Amino acid sequence: MSLSLPEVEHIAELARLELSKKEKERYREQLSAILEYAARLRELDTSGIPPTSSMLPAGNVLRPDLPRPGLPPETLMRNAPQVQDGQFRVPKILDPD
Amino acid sequence: MTELTELSLDQMMLSLRVGDFSSRELTSAFLARIEQLEPRLHAFITLTPELALEQAQQADQRLACWRSDPGEELPVLLGIPLVVKDVLCVSGIRCTCGSRILENFVPVFNASAVERLLAAGMVVLGKSNTDEFAMGSSTENSAFGATRNPWNLAHVPGGSSGGSAAAVAAGLTPLALGTDTGGSVRQPASFCGVTGIKPSYGRVSRYGLIAYGSSLDSVGVLGRSACEIAKAFSIMAGHDPLDATSINTPLAEINLSLSVEQVLRGLRIGVPEQYFISGIQPEVEKAVRQAICTLENNGAQVSAVSLPYTEYALPVYYLIAPAEASANLARYDGIRYGPRSAAEAMWEIFRKTRGEKFGAEVKRRIMLGTYALSAGYYDAYYGQAQKVRTLIKQDFENAFASVDVIAAPVAPSTAFRLGEHTDDPLAMYLEDVFTLPANLAGVPGIAFPVGFDQQGLPVGMQLMGPHCREELLFQVAQAFQQITDWHLRKPNV
Repeated sequence: MSLSLPEVEHIAELARLELSKKEKERYREQLSAILEYAARLRELDTSGIPPTSSMLPAGNVLRPDLPRPGLPPETLMRNAPQVQDGQFRVPKILDPD
Repeated sequence: MTELTELSLDQMMLSLRVGDFSSRELTSAFLARIEQLEPRLHAFITLTPELALEQAQQADQRLACWRSDPGEELPVLLGIPLVVKDVLCVSGIRCTCGSRILENFVPVFNASAVERLLAAGMVVLGKSNTDEFAMGSSTENSAFGATRNPWNLAHVPGGSSGGSAAAVAAGLTPLALGTDTGGSVRQPASFCGVTGIKPSYGRVSRYGLIAYGSSLDSVGVLGRSACEIAKAFSIMAGHDPLDATSINTPLAEINLSLSVEQVLRGLRIGVPEQYFISGIQPEVEKAVRQAICTLENNGAQVSAVSLPYTEYALPVYYLIAPAEASANLARYDGIRYGPRSAAEAMWEIFRKTRGEKFGAEVKRRIMLGTYALSAGYYDAYYGQAQKVRTLIKQDFENAFASVDVIAAPVAPSTAFRLGEHTDDPLAMYLEDVFTLPANLAGVPGIAFPVGFDQQGLPVGMQLMGPHCREELLFQVAQAFQQITDWHLRKPNV
């Protein structure tokens, strides 16, 4: 299993990670080695084996939908890098053109 | 006053009650020892002396009230110091996860496990060092620098709860919280010669634990002995409506007053051949086999068990955990918390902030997980890993049909040197080979010291039990610690 540089760039884009040229090359090598190692899972015949996503019995966990006090907005906004009028400030997302 | 830090937890609890010394004096003694040793060990990311002394004073008030009117029952750990791994939220105290992306993050609530211990009157000394987002086996992946092993400063303490394990081993705290997603409590406990429990999945609430692998994460505790950590576990464990994966199964009583004979007579211990592979350090195998012999000589019945899918646990884990991590860490985008890298457009902010502030291992796992979940590869990697996870879970179910507990080494070797594996991620991942299966199967495990190698580094053994049978693990480990004194050895820092 060997990843190409464009594949690494595609994964980085999906993960929204800006990587340097050096990082891309290093991850190409390292991820290829790890995936090569992981390929041994394909030795196993798993037809008919259900997947496990949790150790707990499947089922919804519900609670009554009742109003209760929460934390004040200014407390919740305290960690934001940029705040304006009690809201997260971000640059424009849509280009008017 | 440093001698206060040498006392056993029972002695501290008793002395606080009778008033031999105050929680403030006890806390000050630990803070003084931290001040003395922290420059060498770097076990902490953040120290909280003011908070600790304030909490100690409150504990002293409760103790004073109780002494004048002993009618009310006191929480057992009232006034006892605690260290919290820096992935668990303590309200008002910076929580970094060992990452630059949370270097200025101050939580506004307590993790449930922390909340319960604080309500019981414990005193928080500080936040311990961790591999970034708990991803690592050596604490070298912390953005704030590596922690050192108190037994030999050139060696790692293990990870990711390496700061907590080092702090307990060096006598900087009687108890420390850790988290275990693939061995992050048990392996550092083993490397530092202390005792640590990884509870069953769902046993301790994950609310306020900053998520890494949500189907694997568990909150545990480290200390000198099984009977000491059992006291904290009993407070932390139990159902929490704030965590939808918290289980409702009632906690069995942990009976620590049973005799060695009562615990071990007829206890069926399984020894899995798959955990004594070639490549294991001979001194580790020898110490673990000797410990199993000790249990056998005191009444346990030892037999071989087979966990045939053990060798697949590593590739399964390193697909499932990064897949879950890639989703969990998508929230770090420079918008709602953490630093924001300068950029014109929104997407640029995401890419730059994440590219600049995440460390190498975190980026590696995000990439790996993103790949395993991406269109065209999902079935071959993530899907197949989930199916093999079922086989690993069945391995344990089959084994526990014929034995009560499983005994095995915690790691293939004792603590390795700093820098030894940093250039080879796969070699680092192999350190987790014996601890990952319990996380994949959701079963509890306890690690404790059973000897030393020729370099004087501790060797650990783990006992794994059926889901929700922590009480059995505490009792068996405590029986072993009544017969042996490995857990009482202390490093000369």
